[in-house]
Amino acid sequence: MKKLLTSVSIALLLTLPLTTMATPQQDLEAFQDYYQERFPGTPFDDFINGVYSIDPASREQWEEIEEFPPYELSISRGQELFNKPFANGKTYASCFASGGIGIRQNYPYFDTTRGEVITLELSINECREANGEKPLKWNKGPIADISAYMAYTSRGNVFDIKIPDDPRAIAAYERGKKHFYQKRGQLNMACADCHKFYAGNMVRADLLSPALGHLSHFPVYRSKWGGMGTTHRRYGGCNKQVRAKPYKSQSAEYRALEYFHTYMSNGLAVNGPGARK
Amino acid sequence: MAIKIRAKAKDGVTTVKTLMSHPMETGLRKNSKTGEKIPANHITEVTAAHNGNVIMTANWGGAISKNPYLSFKFKGAAAGDKITITWVDNMGQGDSAEAAIK
Amino acid sequence: MNLLRRKFLKTATYVGATASAIGAGVLIPQRVLGAYNAAAFAAKDVNGAISASMGNDQHTASDAIKLKAPDIAENGAVVPITVSSSMSNVEAISIIASANPSPLTSSYQLSPACETFVSTRIKMVKTSNVIAVLKADGKLYSASKEVKVTIGGCGG
Repeated sequence: MKKLLTSVSIALLLTLPLTTMATPQQDLEAFQDYYQERFPGTPFDDFINGVYSIDPASREQWEEIEEFPPYELSISRGQELFNKPFANGKTYASCFASGGIGIRQNYPYFDTTRGEVITLELSINECREANGEKPLKWNKGPIADISAYMAYTSRGNVFDIKIPDDPRAIAAYERGKKHFYQKRGQLNMACADCHKFYAGNMVRADLLSPALGHLSHFPVYRSKWGGMGTTHRRYGGCNKQVRAKPYKSQSAEYRALEYFHTYMSNGLAVNGPGARK
Repeated sequence: MAIKIRAKAKDGVTTVKTLMSHPMETGLRKNSKTGEKIPANHITEVTAAHNGNVIMTANWGGAISKNPYLSFKFKGAAAGDKITITWVDNMGQGDSAEAAIK
Repeated sequence: MNLLRRKFLKTATYVGATASAIGAGVLIPQRVLGAYNAAAFAAKDVNGAISASMGNDQHTASDAIKLKAPDIAENGAVVPITVSSSMSNVEAISIIASANPSPLTSSYQLSPACETFVSTRIKMVKTSNVIAVLKADGKLYSASKEVKVTIGGCGG
């Protein structure tokens, strides 16, 4: 029944004339309603905790780890890196609003001047390059530490991603939405298959997390990685898991996906960096 | 800081929690690119001291998780006393940190 | 054995003074902190591990030991384990993962000031028993719990 609904809804999506396509706001309401109906026992604010909001057994282990989570080491390193001046004497604070403190919830955003989706990691490296420093690698290491520190200073701040009335912004949003619902890879699965239609179900021994609240805790310290990783590191991993060729981190595709993905969680608060399996 | 310590005294019992930055390689893992075994590189001993007196020592193998965590409790300390956590690993490296009990 | 242990503990007090040298990555003589029981970690079976770390492998199951471990580990690389007990005079605790290539994960020497409590996170290669062995008044007591380690669906 679910598969039928999936193919029907996707078919409908593809055949709808542009003029009657839902607005992002309508998509957002439908998306959030879907999860709240699907998981009636979960308070809206708790979706930021992913599977831990829907599974007591793993929640208990997560809470034990949260007593002294390994990501604290990353936050400390990130704070040091964030405060260390560049060779030219300036610091990261000079590149960001509010000196870079408490701003995680503003990312990603659509820059109408440049016509691009700007993510936090992109901003970090652009800051470096603007100050004569080499860019950092996108997926792990120092960039993840800095991002973790910046996320940490923003905990509790509510996401309110804007989609300006600009056809390029709408196009980026739609591109992200398309990626989310599009089947890919040898396993022919879409993000939506696991994280929307089958959220809460098991894939072998893994419980599928709801996409609502997915990105609020990034960057994330995964037990599997034994370290901190960025959103695009996870996107690459997820694409690989369905045996699809991953896109490059900070490519237009992943930035569009992050834009759609974060927008869908508007109203939820930052709780990064997070600890996950 | 490569060792984080949180020590809290309550009703005569001090709970110490510590988190250390360390790869904790077992020596059994293979480098996925070269196929070579990654050499064992893990903490072998942890010592906890209260105002300079050792109160607990731990022997660790490679099966303690990466970026290891340790918690223990003891009596006879008060807020302001010093807790020192020291580790050594099989490569001969070591680190130490100190914190006051809250 | 106890007297020797006390002596080790006393000698180790100058650890604080050498803290800065340690921080600089200076090699630390192994004997400063007490002998590392390499044999116990080299043991490939549970009884060998208990014997090497505790002196013998004769242990009795005890209800007074509380072994907290998940029923199903979320990730085999990070399994939170807490061992606690109301028993007194506990001088040592060993934590064993029976199916690990080297079953002994860790052992702890407690001074009389210590409560019988230790918490850490271990790696488990597969579903097996986690065994906590406690030494009190020369006798060994134990508690065991099966922890399931699974293969994830998201590519592990």
